[in-house]
Amino acid sequence: MQNKEEIARLEAVVANVLEEAKNQGASAAEVGLSIESGLSVTCRLGAVETIEHHRDQGLGITVFWGQQKGSASVTDLSEASIKDSVKAACSIARFSGDDRYAGLPDPDRLATQFPDLDVCHPWALSADQAITLALDCETVARELDPLISNSEGATVNSHQGISVLGNSLGFLNGYESTRHSLSCSVIGQQGDDMQRDYWYTVARNANDLDSSRYVGAMAAERVVRRLGAQSLSSRQCPVLYAPEVAASLLGHFVGAISGGSLYRKSSFLLDALETQVFPDFIRIHEQPFLPKALGSSAYDGEGVAAQAHDLVTDGILASYVLSSYSAKKLGMVTTGNAGGVHNLTIEPGEQDQRGLLATMDTGLLVTELIGQGVNSMTGDYSRGAAGFWVEGGVIQYPVEEITIAGNLKDMYQNIVAVGNDVDLRRNTRTGSILVAQMTVAGSTE
Amino acid sequence: MTVSALSLAKESILAPANLLERDIDQIIGSLLSAQVDAADIYFQSSRYESWVLEDSIIKQGTHNSEQGAGVRAISGEKTGFAYSDQLALPALLEAANNVKAITRQGQQRQIQVRPGLSAPALYLPVNPLNSLSDQEKVDLLHRIDRETRKLDDRIEQVIVSLIGVHDSILVADQDGQLSGDVRPLIRMSVTVIIEDTGRREQGSMGGGARADYGYFLDADKGLEYGRQALHQALINLEATAAPAGSMTVVLGPGWPGILLHEAIGHGLEGDFNRKGTSAFSGRVGERVASELCTIVDDGTLVGRRGSLTVDDEGTPTENTVLIEKGILKGYMQDKLNARLMGVKATGNGRRESYAHLPMPRMTNTYMLPGQSDPGEIIASVDKGLYACNFSGGQVDITSGKFVFSASEAYLIENGKVTRPVKGATLIGNGPDVLTRVSMVGNDLELDSGVGTCGKEGQSVPVGVGQPTIKIDSLTVGGTSL
Repeated sequence: MQNKEEIARLEAVVANVLEEAKNQGASAAEVGLSIESGLSVTCRLGAVETIEHHRDQGLGITVFWGQQKGSASVTDLSEASIKDSVKAACSIARFSGDDRYAGLPDPDRLATQFPDLDVCHPWALSADQAITLALDCETVARELDPLISNSEGATVNSHQGISVLGNSLGFLNGYESTRHSLSCSVIGQQGDDMQRDYWYTVARNANDLDSSRYVGAMAAERVVRRLGAQSLSSRQCPVLYAPEVAASLLGHFVGAISGGSLYRKSSFLLDALETQVFPDFIRIHEQPFLPKALGSSAYDGEGVAAQAHDLVTDGILASYVLSSYSAKKLGMVTTGNAGGVHNLTIEPGEQDQRGLLATMDTGLLVTELIGQGVNSMTGDYSRGAAGFWVEGGVIQYPVEEITIAGNLKDMYQNIVAVGNDVDLRRNTRTGSILVAQMTVAGSTE
Repeated sequence: MTVSALSLAKESILAPANLLERDIDQIIGSLLSAQVDAADIYFQSSRYESWVLEDSIIKQGTHNSEQGAGVRAISGEKTGFAYSDQLALPALLEAANNVKAITRQGQQRQIQVRPGLSAPALYLPVNPLNSLSDQEKVDLLHRIDRETRKLDDRIEQVIVSLIGVHDSILVADQDGQLSGDVRPLIRMSVTVIIEDTGRREQGSMGGGARADYGYFLDADKGLEYGRQALHQALINLEATAAPAGSMTVVLGPGWPGILLHEAIGHGLEGDFNRKGTSAFSGRVGERVASELCTIVDDGTLVGRRGSLTVDDEGTPTENTVLIEKGILKGYMQDKLNARLMGVKATGNGRRESYAHLPMPRMTNTYMLPGQSDPGEIIASVDKGLYACNFSGGQVDITSGKFVFSASEAYLIENGKVTRPVKGATLIGNGPDVLTRVSMVGNDLELDSGVGTCGKEGQSVPVGVGQPTIKIDSLTVGGTSL
């Protein structure tokens, strides 16, 4: 379903910009170009609220003068504007420091295979169809329970874009991708207590989206179960992260093993390679070539071939997450992760969430986290949370206005189990994660 | 100042694109029909640069150039929106045509743009990017690096960043009112990483304003950021586990005003209150804070990061009283929500760029000073937490629960600030946290100019501030029970 003609046109633009950089005296250059268009429709309380037509384009250029580097970006793709932009990047490069590690990736690391990852499925969605879908979804949510009192609406999004990357080593590739989503957010009220929650579905192919009925019902059920929430007294207890929040635990992990944090020595996992970071049943790996997945890509942000590989094997840290630059700084080799990881996956265990609740017996099920509260250098962790108090493996009542705290190094070592209730809606694929013990703070005596 | 921001904005946006005022007339005219209550077109031309020093060399420099126009039409509560990064009449008319579909039909109207409401300029229409030569910018970063490293031989790394923005906007509405603004914005930050006998910590400090880079040279602010970043790193090096549970919390002046931004600011934005989705909905006239608390959102402070001469809908900004002596007085409004709620717009209609829809947003949100001496406030606490630096926060508008995370905090024991404790998240409930404010200091400070607020995916620069305040009980999310 790739639009070959348009991709070729944009590849030619990128090739021209590379040529322009060379003409202006750059010794090497890298150019990225993306064009995206889409439609976003929100309906609220049974009527249309917004219809937004999106169309974005942007060109980014990085030039090297020997070991000096400069960057620029521009939205206006006219010839004059591109020339100015290349000039701005070159000017910056001449003022930047001589950095022996700066430069394009090693040529033999660049991707040469471009498998069809099945990421482009345009959706011929009219505004009227989007309105119908959003209205259906919100109606289901509002009618599910009399406690649903208000709504923030349901939104349908459909986006399609082409992304091209080229560099002066001869790498030039473009591909088209799509992303469609449906989300719904409603509000419930019981006495003075008002709660909001939401649900969403997202996919490369609109046929793979969950139904509007399912999304609406999930949003409403999640609101109703939160009503009547109370705080807890401060205590230590096990914490079960639901999949929608467990991904953040892996996000902190990726941050800590990323080249930038490592060479700046600002990571709590410094020198942790080949050491036991997780219990021995944990495997964490990247799957860049999964068809249709949201994080799939044949190459990273600088054209280096992506790798299907383990970051953690048997609980032992097997690989860092490196770009060419950070790899060179560390005396290592790029892992194809300029710009991040691709479909990061923690191997699911045997139990679903109900099974994990039984394993936990008494403790806290967390379904929402707010705030930052993570010190990336020490691993100290303290975040606002909401969820449910669990006894005898059964949910007792909703809780809110509490914090959960610990140190990520201990929390990783203390993972008891990973669920098979995997959330496939994001670039990090995880089920629920059970941590043996954390400190909960609350306002109840 | 003889040249107005409006004429400068016209010159930098319309002239290069060969657009005339009558082209704006045509676009707005094409949007209007009997069913359209409001419409506008927002033009923007923006230049941004950043310079980053790390490992004692200039490691990254970027120059971004962005321009475009967003077209909006509103009928009742319905909004149609489209934008184009091509500032050319055909592209803009096509965007207008897409937007018009929201009302489906109608007769075009004739309009003619004219200058809108004027407001006193709060900053000069300068271009910060040209206020120092590139060599001077680079030299400044190197000097801050060198001087900061001299302060302590345990320093492992110094990262200094400098950002400048030159933003010109023009906005024309359905009545033909044309407003323009030229908005300089600068920001610098210094991060220090320190290592002592195997333990590592970092500290960060920065500042900024709507001014040119001369702001940082004045009183050598950059060196002061370096000193303060180092101080914070050293304090954290000694910090022990923070307490867990409910206790008396004293917040220092200035940046801890992020409390107000999260606990009440977002909940008082007009859109949530029109829709009845905020924990503060329908509560104007009620007590939501102790009588010591008066809180304003003030977009009219000269040169402040959150200030705007006119907002992104052309409304002059105001000093809006949100809470007066503990009583909720009103909300922050953009035009759409003001019209639908039957109140006046307060100059809080803001958008990240031409590619985003405006909505009610804060400007500079702060609490007015009280009577107490800050020393007296600390002395009044037997056992509690003193927090004077924060890294960020978040709020659930509907339940009112908010958090903000301390990055520099100390125990208070027997009326004295004693040992430093590790950063911890503080959590509370917006509608009642301020009812527990029992002392307000006479030391009002505004933050140093680094705040960025995110809402529905849009980021805008904001300011916060407060005097030292004492909250009788707030939950502290440490690890020590």
